[in-house]
Amino acid sequence: MISFDDNGIFCRQANVYIDPWRPVENAIVTHAHSDHARWGMKRYLAHHHAVPVMRYRLGSDIAIQGLAYQETLQINGVTISLHPAGHIWGSAQVRLEYKGEVWVISGDYKLLRDDVTEPFEPVRCHSFVTESTFGLPVYKFPEKESVQQEINGWWQQNAAVGENSVLIVYALGKAQSVLQLLDPNIGKIYTHGAVDNINRLFEQTLYPLHPTERVEATTDRKQMNGAMIIAPPSAMGTPWMRKLQPYKLSICSGWMQLRGARRRRGADRGFVLSDHCDFQQLNTAVKATGAANVYVTHGYKSIYAKWLREQYGLNASEVDTLYTDAGEPGEEIIAKEAGNEGVQ
Amino acid sequence: MKAFNKLFQAIDQTTSTNEKTEALAKYLRESEAADAIWTVALLMGKRPKRTVRSGELRTWCSEESNTPVWLLEESYHVVGDLAETIALLLPGRTTNKDVALHDIMQDLISLNDKTDEERKNYILHMWRMLPHEQLFVFNKLITGSFRVGVSSKIVVKALAKVFGKTDNVIAHSLSGNWDPATVTLHELLDEQRFSEDSSKPYPFYLAYALDTEAEALGDVQDWIIERKYDGIRGQLIVRKGNLFVWSRGEDLLTEKFVEFHGLAKQLPDGTVIDGEILPILDGNILPFHVMQTRIGRKNLSAKALKEAPLSMVCYDLLEYHGTDIRHEPLHERRNKLIALLEEVKKQTIASPLQLSPEFPAANWEAVARERMAARDYGCEGLMLKRKDSFYKTGRKKGDWWKWKVDPLSVDGVLIYAQRGHGRRANLYTDFTFAVWDGDVLVPFTKAYSGLTDKELLEVDTWIKRHTLDKFGPVRSVTPQLVFEIAFEGIQRSSRHKSGVALRFPRISRWRQDKDAGEANTKEDLMQLLEVTR
Repeated sequence: MISFDDNGIFCRQANVYIDPWRPVENAIVTHAHSDHARWGMKRYLAHHHAVPVMRYRLGSDIAIQGLAYQETLQINGVTISLHPAGHIWGSAQVRLEYKGEVWVISGDYKLLRDDVTEPFEPVRCHSFVTESTFGLPVYKFPEKESVQQEINGWWQQNAAVGENSVLIVYALGKAQSVLQLLDPNIGKIYTHGAVDNINRLFEQTLYPLHPTERVEATTDRKQMNGAMIIAPPSAMGTPWMRKLQPYKLSICSGWMQLRGARRRRGADRGFVLSDHCDFQQLNTAVKATGAANVYVTHGYKSIYAKWLREQYGLNASEVDTLYTDAGEPGEEIIAKEAGNEGVQ
Repeated sequence: MKAFNKLFQAIDQTTSTNEKTEALAKYLRESEAADAIWTVALLMGKRPKRTVRSGELRTWCSEESNTPVWLLEESYHVVGDLAETIALLLPGRTTNKDVALHDIMQDLISLNDKTDEERKNYILHMWRMLPHEQLFVFNKLITGSFRVGVSSKIVVKALAKVFGKTDNVIAHSLSGNWDPATVTLHELLDEQRFSEDSSKPYPFYLAYALDTEAEALGDVQDWIIERKYDGIRGQLIVRKGNLFVWSRGEDLLTEKFVEFHGLAKQLPDGTVIDGEILPILDGNILPFHVMQTRIGRKNLSAKALKEAPLSMVCYDLLEYHGTDIRHEPLHERRNKLIALLEEVKKQTIASPLQLSPEFPAANWEAVARERMAARDYGCEGLMLKRKDSFYKTGRKKGDWWKWKVDPLSVDGVLIYAQRGHGRRANLYTDFTFAVWDGDVLVPFTKAYSGLTDKELLEVDTWIKRHTLDKFGPVRSVTPQLVFEIAFEGIQRSSRHKSGVALRFPRISRWRQDKDAGEANTKEDLMQLLEVTR
């Protein structure tokens, strides 16, 4: 029913690709990050909330249809529906059913809750396609509350000595959820233009976020004292950022679990905050689907597939895709951001 | 341990040298004396003999965390640090238990004569008792080199701050042999005690690589030009009738150098010589690996002594008849050294000491020519030292320069990659390169360093997309990328498929302008062998 070919994940019966990486006719997109939502498809289908971002990033003239979670669509006998993936706002798992056989393609997902994303919903299926970005037992992500305390504590500490705090996050998804974790009583929150653009789209689509100010060329930097600045990875090491001095730098990412990754990025602090599953979450999610067949994509796919076979006796195999292997902390983020938002 | 862990976090969470120094100074002021000395020792890289094998830790961690051994191994290759891997895998516990650092160190030392079961029980007990955030540091104490982004310079600076002494005095006090289990910081820094310790070496004066035109150094007559040897930099001390030989890494190697043992009687008391220890046979310097093999031996056979007899090529005198003369100008120190070596020669026909000859240069062009010839003598290049220079502490610019010959280089094809360690964890950065032997690629060297962070990421991504096969942690890749490999020397080797072994190989650049077919051949390597020897 589903095959993996050079263009992406394909359902022949419905003639539709899920997250294709080459131009095709029909594309269902799990979420708007650029390795999943690519340019050049004739027709797009995505969750309602992902539509504005996709128009913003891929062009206002794309042919795109929005769908609500659980809403079903019939294409040539295939029943298609979207279900919350918990990855970023507007992210979805794709469920496809044909003659009683059910597949779920989960895109990117997480089980831990954040403040702005519809929580992940386990969907029963026969075959499950899962990512494995953090598919090693060394990845154990802390609950949101403890990270929140750490971030605000760090900000407070920097503010106390008159230093700014720069938080590096993905502009889409993480920036909005992290913003809602911040305690506005500590000080003023600023955003990089790339973050602000997405924040505006979020507010147009959903609801108001914590108040922020966009750092413009005209912004009086001297007024920024003990402020928090949310910026994308592409801002690191730029003149834009140097003007924020004196500041302390931190990165929010699941990769920050590893000391080597943290040190390599030259950040003062790394906060373990991810929009992906850690090892336990992956296991929980895979088991909850009840799937006998599991296809493991981007990440530590061969290791994780082996684990699923040995530990749970599942029929698990690895699949090559062009989704960011996320092999490297932060850098693929830079590529992602630069590809999309190059302009500041 | 709580305070030590906090210190570690503070150091780990900043990239600023000043903040690290501050944090360490604060810790040294506040901590218990017995902990402070251990902290200094650990940060300086001094650590007791390891008493728990890494294989044991792996097995116990696998059991304790319900992780299959293969998955633990895979995780280790990604994390790039065993202590960290184990800390991440062990179940987290929040407790308030605290054990003093010096107690832990003593416990670890005493494991040496315990049974396997007792050792396992102790480690498991600690893993279960310590708060989760301390496990990494605890594991680091077990597993070895405690490199945490603190150089000995920072330790020296922090101590200087706390004890109100100069950096040089502190550096000297910290040199040599001392045991954190039996000495306190106050004792170690006490000048009285210090003068009684006859084994104490002086901190080495190290040179930077020449970063200007030689002409910019002024009149060539103001300089002493010597060869730069590729051996073990050492300090030879005779005091109170005893001989001590220190390496630059401050290992006491006296026992290894039996050739020098007679010097205890032949050199006057209160002599400290700085020089290079080299294997020299019939006046010819032997390749570095000959000495490596010899140093590595537990028992010195007569054969080993005959095949690799060691000498010291002496280039400086730091103490003369019991007086520290480091503040005297180099040419005066050198004159005293010459006189001293003459004295030794009078007493024995086979002195293991020889003077580092001075190259009499008329002008800088002549010096430049001499530099190019360095390989003919088995040397790395030249040392340029100002005639009136003092003997300084540590790496300093200005008076001493090393001027090495340009490295040899070969273009190799990337064929295998493995993930790196530390800052390179989780990135494919450890490469194996090959040259052509007919239409077959034969691996000839590994190289780890030389690429920029940006290039490393690019290559890492490329490797993931061009993997042909995986053997455990090693990936073989499409033979396509070409890199220029620079190295200092080349030797015949029966252990390597290519038949050669390189000295100090590193990547000098990524030859994006070349295809795999344009890489060098095994014949090219053989030719280099001929040329360099």
